[in-house]
Amino acid sequence: MTWTSLNASFATPEIFLLCAACAILLIDLFVSNAKRHITYVLTLAALAVTAYLLVTNYATQPQLAFNKMFVADPIASISKLGIVLGVALVLIYGRGYAAARGLFRGELFTLTLFALLGMMVMSSAVNFLSLYVGLELLSLSLYALVALRRESVQATEAAMKYFVLGALASGMLLYGMSMVYGATQSLDVTVIAHKIVSGEANRLLTVFGLVFIVTGIGFKVGAVPFHMWVPDVYEGSPTLIAQLIGSAPKLAAFAFIIRILAQGLEGFAFDWRGMLVVLAVLSLVIGNLTAIAQTNIKRMFAYSTISHMGFLLLGILVANPIGYSAAFFYAFTYVLTAAAGFGLVMLLSREGFEGDQIADFKGLAKRSPWFAGMMLLVMFSMAGIPVFVGFFAKLAVLKAIVNLGMVWLAVVAVAMSLVGAFYYLRVVKVMYFDEPTDNTPIVAAADARIVLSLNCLLLLGMGLAPNWLLAKLAEAVQYSLLPL
Amino acid sequence: MTEAIFFIFSIVLIAAAFGVIASKNPVHAALYLVLSFFTGAVLWMLIKAEFLAVSLVVIYVGAVMVLFIFVVMMLDINFEELRKGFWQYVPVAGTVAAIMAVEMVMVLMHRAAAIDGAKLPDPAPGYNNAKVLGELIYTQYFLPFQLAAVILLVGMIAAIALTLRKRKNTKYINPAVQIKVKRDDRLRIVSVPVEARPSVEPPKADDGEQQA
Repeated sequence: MTWTSLNASFATPEIFLLCAACAILLIDLFVSNAKRHITYVLTLAALAVTAYLLVTNYATQPQLAFNKMFVADPIASISKLGIVLGVALVLIYGRGYAAARGLFRGELFTLTLFALLGMMVMSSAVNFLSLYVGLELLSLSLYALVALRRESVQATEAAMKYFVLGALASGMLLYGMSMVYGATQSLDVTVIAHKIVSGEANRLLTVFGLVFIVTGIGFKVGAVPFHMWVPDVYEGSPTLIAQLIGSAPKLAAFAFIIRILAQGLEGFAFDWRGMLVVLAVLSLVIGNLTAIAQTNIKRMFAYSTISHMGFLLLGILVANPIGYSAAFFYAFTYVLTAAAGFGLVMLLSREGFEGDQIADFKGLAKRSPWFAGMMLLVMFSMAGIPVFVGFFAKLAVLKAIVNLGMVWLAVVAVAMSLVGAFYYLRVVKVMYFDEPTDNTPIVAAADARIVLSLNCLLLLGMGLAPNWLLAKLAEAVQYSLLPL
Repeated sequence: MTEAIFFIFSIVLIAAAFGVIASKNPVHAALYLVLSFFTGAVLWMLIKAEFLAVSLVVIYVGAVMVLFIFVVMMLDINFEELRKGFWQYVPVAGTVAAIMAVEMVMVLMHRAAAIDGAKLPDPAPGYNNAKVLGELIYTQYFLPFQLAAVILLVGMIAAIALTLRKRKNTKYINPAVQIKVKRDDRLRIVSVPVEARPSVEPPKADDGEQQA
């Protein structure tokens, strides 16, 4: 057992990120409040270097490291790139928002970096132990980040709810994993897959554990009926933390689900498909119908996330590479769409004004035609209107579902998307046809404005040429699911 | 014999765990938790994991629970108030829990769920529980072990970020700032014109007091 036999070089981006997070934690101690932007710049630099390392260490074939605890494969590399991008967008859009609310502190950056590390581990872990540890690292950082605005009763309540339900979900997940361990005598995802194929695994016990694993996953992604925490947490947490919860972790969750269900328990795909059908249909129906009644845009985004998670699960339950790559595309584009949506909410906010009511968007077209146009792009993309990337993401999932022969499921999904279009278009209507009630100029910094505009235009750009990314992700899924 | 001990301690463990959530007094709940840790340690001892058993007692019972009881006693929380309305959910929650428990028992008691009872392997001569554990942690389980350390670090950062606050009303003065003070900061010379009827003014010494 030597250092080289760990193959640690496949985890270079994670190792760098861990060192950078610890360094920033220490450097921040010597930075005064007035110079906090030093920490901000260092954090963004750490993200940039991590992204660079991810590109240079791109693995075309699955490569195991750390005694089969960790895998570097195309799914992991691409998810991690999307996650790093999603986290960077949180910091760029949220800088002014955080500074105006006394959140621009060192802990914001270090906890965000540790959450990122957790997400990266989740994307790469191929052992129940490392999967769970990555998930806990992410969750614990997020609980603390939600509670960071500690004088706000609402934020504390949201953090409490998130923490209690998150702990319950972790318990469910662990119980399920322990059952699968009991049935297969292994925590290693690939060994579990082998035992299932060779018939050594006890079927009843594995499926029993599977129920709890799916429940835990349902809690973590916020699928109905395990969605109760999502709206309260989105509404109660500071908008930039809501963005952090609502964007990048969805991609990590995708990789996490693929590792457990597709790579580990694919032998029982028939069993988990049925469970995911229930979760997906309920998420689509309840998410979209409840979103109509919301007046707070963060709550509306919360219910919209629930319905989008329904779509993500639809892709996964197809249980073949076509479905997985459709879900991958959905998760990847959703990160960018959600980031832009929350970014626009923060753009309208200023000191002492959250701007998180749908009514606050009234007459935005008159106040700022450019950003009203950007919000229009985001809403159209979320609603899945053609030419925008959200349409192609939904289309890819629906194609995979129809290929499988579950036409009724596709019909439900389309009908619920139509319901969803109503509340997305209502925001557009409020922006373009209502008179502004508040004419304060927008006070966001230039960097946030530029990046936000690029982000929104990218939604249109990817919609115009979706095939490149779709093909790339399909290839990644194909190479990652090669037997190890 | 071992089996009998196992069942006795398992029953005590389950009863103690129930006591943790059911007892009204938080100190009693904490003591029940101590009991459940202790019986858990005995179960580990039965499968010959003596290092884990001892560390469970030393760390959880010896350190964590003492701290916990200390905190419970320090904080003046009216737990009766918090429990108001607890019983009104019991019928629904109890029904759901009972249905789930019955379902789980039906699955786990099913013949198809039986796995061959794994017999504990006999330890090799010179087998050392703590040494083997240490070797595994730093080789096979290197990654999760390091990440668990990172989780503890995050817990520390979070605890400090959520509780550390500068108190506003303290009379603390930084000595370094205090000795740097110049005469001009503290002393203001006021020229008082001579008046026909001199009145006694109070001394102006209190002007610079708060400036440091």
